Amino acid sequence: MYQYDEFDQTVVNERAAQFRGQTRRFFEGKLTEEQFLPLRLQNGLYIQRYAPMLRIAVPYGHLASRQLRMVAHIARTYDKGYVHFTTRQNIQLNWPKVEDVPAILEDLASMQMHAIQTSGNCIRNITSDPLAGVCADEVEDPRPYCEIIRQWSTLHPEFAFLPRKFKIAVTGAAKDRAAVRVHDIGLRLLRNPAGEVGFEVIVGGGLGRTPVIGQVIRPFLPKRDLLTYLEAILRVYNLYGRRDNKFKARIKILVREMGVEAFREAVEREWRAIRDDFPLEEETIRWYQARFVRPDYDPDAPVRTWDDLRREDRGFDAWYRHNTVEHKVPGYRVVFLSLKPPGVAPGDLTAEQLDRVAELSERYSFGVTRTTHTQNLVFADVRQADLYELWQALREINLATANIGKLTDMICCPGLHYCALANAGSISVAHDIYRRFEDLDYLYDLGDIRINLSGCMNGCGHHSVGHIGILGVDKKGEEWYQITLGGSSSDDASLGERLGPAVAKDRVADSVEAVIRTYVDLRMEEEPFLATVRRVGVQPFKERVYANH
Amino acid sequence: MRIIKNREIVEDAWAHLTDEEIPANGRVTVPFGRWLVERETLLARDGEIGVRLDCEAPDELQRLVPDLPRIQLILLELSRFTDGRAFSLARLLRERHRYAGEIRVAGDFLPDQIYYLARVGVDAFEYRGAESLEEVLRAFETFSVRYQSAADGPGLIRQRRLVAGR
Repeated sequence: MYQYDEFDQTVVNERAAQFRGQTRRFFEGKLTEEQFLPLRLQNGLYIQRYAPMLRIAVPYGHLASRQLRMVAHIARTYDKGYVHFTTRQNIQLNWPKVEDVPAILEDLASMQMHAIQTSGNCIRNITSDPLAGVCADEVEDPRPYCEIIRQWSTLHPEFAFLPRKFKIAVTGAAKDRAAVRVHDIGLRLLRNPAGEVGFEVIVGGGLGRTPVIGQVIRPFLPKRDLLTYLEAILRVYNLYGRRDNKFKARIKILVREMGVEAFREAVEREWRAIRDDFPLEEETIRWYQARFVRPDYDPDAPVRTWDDLRREDRGFDAWYRHNTVEHKVPGYRVVFLSLKPPGVAPGDLTAEQLDRVAELSERYSFGVTRTTHTQNLVFADVRQADLYELWQALREINLATANIGKLTDMICCPGLHYCALANAGSISVAHDIYRRFEDLDYLYDLGDIRINLSGCMNGCGHHSVGHIGILGVDKKGEEWYQITLGGSSSDDASLGERLGPAVAKDRVADSVEAVIRTYVDLRMEEEPFLATVRRVGVQPFKERVYANH
Repeated sequence: MRIIKNREIVEDAWAHLTDEEIPANGRVTVPFGRWLVERETLLARDGEIGVRLDCEAPDELQRLVPDLPRIQLILLELSRFTDGRAFSLARLLRERHRYAGEIRVAGDFLPDQIYYLARVGVDAFEYRGAESLEEVLRAFETFSVRYQSAADGPGLIRQRRLVAGR
């Protein structure tokens, strides 16, 4: 994990002090509501339906145990004792008081944390692959580049008042676990034919009201040019992105209206003028790489696959198969902590669980916990020999539901229980669906299925890239739900296709069941859900879902 | 009129003209459109010239580039404090076009933006908001660490180096 130096610490301290002053001026009437708005948003503070919401940055999803404990402390002291993990690897507090936020930011700063640019029309938290550095399919560890981009974008003087929000994701792996094609900028580390490592640059992806899959504007960007190229893209966007209509202000609309070729040409022209102004030197990259403390792996860690115990204990076996994955270091394995047990809002965790996770991370995974964009947690570096013990400990705190990647591992926004924008109670719909699929044998037989739910078309639940997407819409004050099939945010990124007219709230779980039964009837051998949908199209699903209407 | 210039509060003597007659001498600014029409008259007079750019029309700058050496002040007019185009225009002026004259902002901006505006090359501020200029001056010191390079020089990222073998 990246270790702050005195300068990094100074930035978060000074930011907390700045916000304390801004909040004071707001309460003194020296800043109007309208003036305070972007200032508080750029510190993660929203005013929501029932209470303010504070979004805490978790840079590329990494949290040290002391940071988890601080989040637990904040949840207990200033909130209702629980937090929510988001689809951009961040943490949200749903009930803080505005006047407490300066103190919260100071508490966070004391643990090298912050809420800088977690909202507002600026460059947001940099997200990445939750398996960065431990997966075998990686060209290079993306995290030092994530940190470089984090610092470059932090308090960037030119890009703090963009037309709209701006999200960047980076991956170093062959398989995309960071959804780089649905970000404003997606960066993929890769090796060119000459053997050099650089970035593929994807621009203009995004979800929300107008979901778009990003396009490659540069197939290979040398590392030295990373920051100048990002700066060129941002400058073209800042100068020419639309500001007349907030729903047309994202970079994806600019790319569409200019045409990707003209956009690329504008970026390249800008970049040629600045590419030697501040190249990213090899020595600088090395400095960042060296600031990451890496786990001190035990070269003698025994390889254990737990075959005997797995034969005896089906629960452990299911957890081992579904919630753990291979690690590139022999004797270690990656463990997912499911934040999707039955009856809990997807992504929610209590302060007590946070404290226990912190403790377990210290005992079993070098003190680091990672967050994923599917709203789960990861212990990336667990000795295989510890797996059984860890499973038992995770069961005690309800984080061992063996459903990672399965139908009940749903992505879901907080919905109208919290959010000022939402039309729908997405969480209760998620619970309805969940209850239909509690039979684990059935769940595992269905294989990998991603259901994503959003309470409104802003799409925080990423419905448009769910294998099954569910979107809450308002029809004359009633909650209705639009269902899409065939979306994906991974390598084969695609947008879901609408199944038909929206269904009433009490029909959503039935409809999902009908979709699943259709899949079971139509699948060929081991064919995954997404492949079946792509092969047969939505028609057979549609017939079944609307048969009784 | 008191403004902030080079991080000090100073009395300012620039006159901002719209369609008034152009005086024979003294410091005047005109909007870009008027500059286009009356360029020769403006250059022939005995006095310094400033041009006001509308930040909502970022292409104006490109058309002004050949004349920059003869213009002593560029005034960026901010109509909404949330519109960040001026930040890019200021950097282009300083870094791309090596503009050495005064870059001034006027209109709708917050003291909270002055730190950023200074970093992108703005050196004069016509502030008309609720705070005193003395209070506004403190905003330059909000942050003591600058990660990224900008008009004020190389940032911290550039200075962080680890030489191989050490």
